[in-house]
Amino acid sequence: MSEAFTNQENSRTELISFRIGAQEFCVDVMSVREIRGWTATTPLPHAPNYVRGVINLRGVVLPVIDLGGRLGLSMTDPTARHVIIVTRIGNQIVGLLVDAVCDILTVSQNAIQTTPDLEYDTNKTFVRGLLPIDGRMISLITLENVLPAEAKAA
Amino acid sequence: MDPLAAIKATYFQECDEQLAELETGLSAMKDGEGDDETVNAVFRAAHSIKGGAGAFGLENLVQFAHVLETTLDDVRAGRLAPDGDLVNLMLRASDMLSDHVNAARDGNPVDQARSETIARELENYNEATKSGSAESDDEFDIDFAPIAVTMSEGDAAAEAAALGVREWEIQFRPRTSLYAHANEVTLLLRELQRLGTLSVDLIYGDLPSLQDLVPEESYLAWIIRLQADCDESRIREVFEFVEDDCDIHIQCISTCAGEIEVSHAQPEPKEVIVPQVPGISTAQADEPAPAKATMPMPLPANSANAPAEEEKHAPAVVSPQTIRVDVDRLERLVDLVGELVINQAMLAQRSMESGLSRASSFANGLEDLEHLTRDIQDSVMSIRAQPVKSVFQRMTRLVREVSAATGKRVRLVTDGENTEVDKTVIERIADPITHLLRNAIDHGIEKPDIRIAAGKPAEGVVRLSALHRSGRIVIEVVDDGAGIDRKRVKAIAVEKNLISADVNLSDEEIDNLIFMPGFSTASSVSEVSGRGVGMDVVRRNIQSLGGRITISSRPGLGSTFSLSLPLTLAVLDGMVISVCNQTLVIPLSAVVETLRPKEGDLHELKGSAPLIRIRDLYVPIIDVGRKLGHRTEPLVPAAGVALFVESEGGGRAALLVDAIQGQRQVVIKSMEANYRKVDGIAAATILGDGRVALIVDVESMLAGQSVDMFRSEKRAAAG
Repeated sequence: MSEAFTNQENSRTELISFRIGAQEFCVDVMSVREIRGWTATTPLPHAPNYVRGVINLRGVVLPVIDLGGRLGLSMTDPTARHVIIVTRIGNQIVGLLVDAVCDILTVSQNAIQTTPDLEYDTNKTFVRGLLPIDGRMISLITLENVLPAEAKAA
Repeated sequence: MDPLAAIKATYFQECDEQLAELETGLSAMKDGEGDDETVNAVFRAAHSIKGGAGAFGLENLVQFAHVLETTLDDVRAGRLAPDGDLVNLMLRASDMLSDHVNAARDGNPVDQARSETIARELENYNEATKSGSAESDDEFDIDFAPIAVTMSEGDAAAEAAALGVREWEIQFRPRTSLYAHANEVTLLLRELQRLGTLSVDLIYGDLPSLQDLVPEESYLAWIIRLQADCDESRIREVFEFVEDDCDIHIQCISTCAGEIEVSHAQPEPKEVIVPQVPGISTAQADEPAPAKATMPMPLPANSANAPAEEEKHAPAVVSPQTIRVDVDRLERLVDLVGELVINQAMLAQRSMESGLSRASSFANGLEDLEHLTRDIQDSVMSIRAQPVKSVFQRMTRLVREVSAATGKRVRLVTDGENTEVDKTVIERIADPITHLLRNAIDHGIEKPDIRIAAGKPAEGVVRLSALHRSGRIVIEVVDDGAGIDRKRVKAIAVEKNLISADVNLSDEEIDNLIFMPGFSTASSVSEVSGRGVGMDVVRRNIQSLGGRITISSRPGLGSTFSLSLPLTLAVLDGMVISVCNQTLVIPLSAVVETLRPKEGDLHELKGSAPLIRIRDLYVPIIDVGRKLGHRTEPLVPAAGVALFVESEGGGRAALLVDAIQGQRQVVIKSMEANYRKVDGIAAATILGDGRVALIVDVESMLAGQSVDMFRSEKRAAAG
């Protein structure tokens, strides 16, 4: 992972930052297709609890993942003020349920610190790096593992 | 794809069309319906295949197509009479040609021996006409000679025509469009050269100075003198593909004088007889009886050919214009229109909710929008609709081959070939139809001697028909054979342990035994049927398309297999149900009946799902809400509604749901595209309120049930 960063030492990336509970996270703006308000989902049978179900995104059946639940934080109790970030992961389109979208950040790649080794596995699975911005810590999320593991095998 | 490969792919697509044309034409000729235009169309098809093959250097294909083309040319020119044997041979040749095309496309080897046999048979015909016409020419000479002395000059013309070599002058001026259509004059000249001796003059007087020259303009013209023993139509043929793109004037020089005087000598108007030499010779033949007697037999047919030729050149033949479109683009369009329809419905609903008056102009506008979206949806769906002809046409060959392999005489009659159905369905009905036809010929139609003994015509008839019935397409395979041998079917089922020997079955139940997995009339494993694919597979294929198959059979009179299929696979007829406040859709094709469970019909068995009695059948009750994990406490059966369903594999159960909302056509959306396969769910759809509803996978609902027990009962009842 670190090699990838050194290659693009000076390139700048745009990130979208959002909030879940008190924590801030961000994802690469290129993977975000659109941001929309929460709508009620159709629950899926036999799904992990963080899979909220599916919604209709202009004719596309879009699975919605409770990102807080997925990251091991508390599950979200969605209201009309919650937000679904529609992202592209590989060749699938997945919605991420978060509390609110905060900002668009432009940072250089070398401003991203690699994740320190912490005791929680979830950090390694989902957090690619950390960004110190104005005294806040923002975690850069990788999306590859957001869908349940079996989804990839399927 | 590189450009050449793309052109080649297009060529093969066109080949398929030409082959279909060839087949249709030949079949019409076989049935005695072919007129001259049919023969021409058939010839053109073979000619085009050969032409393209030559461009790609597909030698085998060229060679074979050439032999067939030569024969067809003889038929066209009236040198060969298309009798039954010849047409049959040409049909076999067209099959072979199709094999050659496939071989060239996929690189598979062809049955070279068969190809050579057919080619040789065709060549025999070709040889025969050559020597035949030579002979008649001789006779013509001998018989004609004494008459000629007393005849007018008109007969000299006829004589010259018969003698052959004449001199033609062809004035040929290509228009710009000829070059724009990628034609080349050199090739045309080379083609002319094959007809005889050629001398060519280039007319370049119009050529401007280099300064003024527009490279894409056409400035050149040619005057071509050709000495050949052919008629004008033969020369016209060379220019067949460019005749709209050039000014061409063909004149017979050496016999011209004669020709004009002929027209004076004849009472007929000039234009009838001038352009076509064969026309002259027959017109001539009307007058002096001896000449008529010496005419080679096929020639009169040729005179009929002449006006047909004229018609062909006239723009009267208007074929509908088509364009090829990438299927993916079409799919995208269908998807988008589906969304538009849902969106429009949502908009209408919202506007009503917001208390808008129905009479307001806004509401009127919405109504118009609704009509428009419906129209768009219909038109888009009709783009994907195709006539079943493409599938039906393939079947004539199958029937020919199967009847040859089984030694039976069978005629295929098709009906409703232009019935349209969605492309997705077309692609998947070919296999079941193939199988049903094989079965009908192999097991249905009897051998000729048996048929005659039974007082039926020696030739059996298999009828393949398609028609629209209440929003579905119904395809029937009807044979006039022996019907299902019920005694034998039952004996086999008992022998294979599919039913117990002592059960009493109705005729219909016995007929349906042939759909059971593991049933195959194994005593007659032939190379035709009995390839390990049974009727159960046919039924499963049909059911996976949301269709049904039914049989009716009358001993000694034949059987009818009837397939009823949805017109498209993009939408599904569903029963909309609710379970724990969730809306679900169950494919209507799986639902046999719905009922309210009564206490008295319920039976509890230890360690298994509760059973419900539906008439005389005990089937397990599956609580859909629990199965999908929407609730933990079982629903009291009497409080819900039971749907008696039958899965594609033949399993049966009663699905217990809270309520039925109604029936609706829904657009199928994949779950796998953005998520993954979900157990118990086949796909998703979007309802009018914009919410996603899941479509229940009946098959997987039933899987994992302890089915053994009720299967034995099902067998007893002959599922």
